[in-house]
Amino acid sequence: MKKTLFDKIWDAHVVRQIDEGPSVLYIDRMYIHEVTSPQAFDGLTARGLNVFRPAQITATADHNVPTKNQHLPVRDDLSRSQLEKLALNCRNHGITHFGLGDDYNGIVHVIGPELGYTRPGMTIVCGDSHTSTHGALGSMAFGIGTSEVEMVLASQCILQTKPKSMRITIEGETAEGVTAKDIILYIISKLGTDGGTGYFVEFAGSAIRGLSIEGRMTLCNMSIEMGARGGMIAPDQKTFDYLKGRKFGLAEVDLSQATEKWKELVTDEGAVFDKEYLFKAEDIPLMITYGTNPGMGMPVNSSIPKTESVDPSAAESFAKALKYMGFKEGEKLIGKKVDYVFLGSCTNGRIEDLRIFTSYVRGKKKSPDVEVWIVPGSKLVEQQAYDEGLVQILNDAGFELRQPGCSACLAMNDDKIPEGKYCLSTSNRNFEGRQGPGSRTLLAGPLLAAAAAVTGVVSQPF
Amino acid sequence: MTKEKFTTIISGCVPLTTENIDTDQIIPARFLKATSREGFGDNLFRDWRYTSENHPVRDFPLNDPRYSGIVLVAGRNFGCGSSREHAAWAIYDYGFRVVVSSFFADIFRNNALNNGLLPLQVSQKFLDTLQKKVVADNDTKVSVDLEKQTITILPDGESETFAISRYKKECLLQGYDDIDYLVNFRKEIGEAELSWQQQ
Ligand code: SF4
Repeated sequence: MKKTLFDKIWDAHVVRQIDEGPSVLYIDRMYIHEVTSPQAFDGLTARGLNVFRPAQITATADHNVPTKNQHLPVRDDLSRSQLEKLALNCRNHGITHFGLGDDYNGIVHVIGPELGYTRPGMTIVCGDSHTSTHGALGSMAFGIGTSEVEMVLASQCILQTKPKSMRITIEGETAEGVTAKDIILYIISKLGTDGGTGYFVEFAGSAIRGLSIEGRMTLCNMSIEMGARGGMIAPDQKTFDYLKGRKFGLAEVDLSQATEKWKELVTDEGAVFDKEYLFKAEDIPLMITYGTNPGMGMPVNSSIPKTESVDPSAAESFAKALKYMGFKEGEKLIGKKVDYVFLGSCTNGRIEDLRIFTSYVRGKKKSPDVEVWIVPGSKLVEQQAYDEGLVQILNDAGFELRQPGCSACLAMNDDKIPEGKYCLSTSNRNFEGRQGPGSRTLLAGPLLAAAAAVTGVVSQPF
Repeated sequence: MTKEKFTTIISGCVPLTTENIDTDQIIPARFLKATSREGFGDNLFRDWRYTSENHPVRDFPLNDPRYSGIVLVAGRNFGCGSSREHAAWAIYDYGFRVVVSSFFADIFRNNALNNGLLPLQVSQKFLDTLQKKVVADNDTKVSVDLEKQTITILPDGESETFAISRYKKECLLQGYDDIDYLVNFRKEIGEAELSWQQQ
């Protein structure tokens, strides 16, 4: 039997197949954070159970944390109580916890790979939909709900029905300035927000091979915005190089042994997918969204579609989205005023994103009309930004670097976009109110964020 | 944890026909700070149900006295977006026991099933018919028979069968959940770990 990459990992983790039901699937690593775990621990306690495999669980505080003055007590009572509860639960159950202020703290999907916990061939879950990020290293990773977090705490397994398989192949070379963010926004604009529902996606092709590991993370991160269960990329030499020297990764000898096994983690020639798509890298422009779901994307220099060109079944949500955004059909976005710029999140909060932003604003000045929040994905990213001199360049251009956390990606902390204001954001969701009640989000990559930060409007970077 | 057993339901419907309703609309992130599972129903569809000054939005179906019941009739692709299980808790806590749609996002479907809420998937045609009938005649009811896997519009009797895995159906009917099931496997799981290590 010819197997896909997904099949290989899936098959190696099935403990038991329930008749006419789901599989009992073994989980190698679970990441937890303060928002979706407290009820799971409570459930466990109510059943009188212990955590089955605490060494395979890693915790961080990210969703709710302030991105300024992290050394001070958290002001918001409810946030503080969630953070304290996480720390307490981890202490009681012997789980490694990178709390606020810890040298290795950061957004769950940023720290997992950078600390070496995420490795090829693993099954990985977390109570956050963007867990798909970890698929960039050739693992099978997906988001779960709190009941499932409880299942893993209780048994290191979850019950899953095997999803269908999809391969998205992108061949060729992308144009100058086009990043992984543009690639994924482009794919979602073509497939729609439910085009991947029921599927697990493998990304393949020369354009994908050409991406850095961090770029691959951005891509896999947003694969769920088209409804997919997750996204993954077969590991290659870049992956193996990335895994070297990670703080909590494998030691060198073990790593070289494991690498030999990981080389088998590729889709067999001739394996069949339930669905296949092929795109040309040359066709992918710099992308931006104009509406209230990530599928409403377009090339930055083109115009919002006219109602007559929209699928009639989507006309109602199209009209609703434009009304919410305060845009008109057929309008251009270039030149539109931007009130806020947010660079960060598990989508674009890594060092390469900061480098792209910094190299564009170097020697320029921040526009006085725009508020800019630059939030590193983790403490290590923050440290590296200092070490590489990026922070100095940012400061010279009138920007400051905040402290790590999810921040304005979901606006659970103080970083909220006010009602009616426009935010050009490198995060992953532009839903109504996602960045604060009434906020209006334009999703794009770090380069467009930089261009808007210095001009105060949506603009072409070159 | 054992849940209320799911029996046959006959109920009025609350229509919410917008498509692609994401979990940020079902329960906005700023209400996720609670550390228990209860009470989320108060903030279900918060930003659609209430104005920014906290006044109920009159024509929003949940505020519309013409509609009542424990069946939510939703549009296509319900529950997309964030994986927050709080969305399923909020819908359940508000009092709904069934959500009818022609398509559910994967994670939402699982979350609902794990919490005694039935995500009932029907054909687009059946959904369109049901929505029209509920809006035209507010007394329209549905009967949901989980044992037979049928949903029937009352009084006229238009009916459709729906799919659900045998395992999940059993869980809902008996009121037990996946964790009860999995914990019984700890020994087998431990043995599987050992055999993989030896490979
Ligand atoms: S940055 Fe946003 S998407 Fe990523 S983990 Fe945090 S809240 Fe979730």
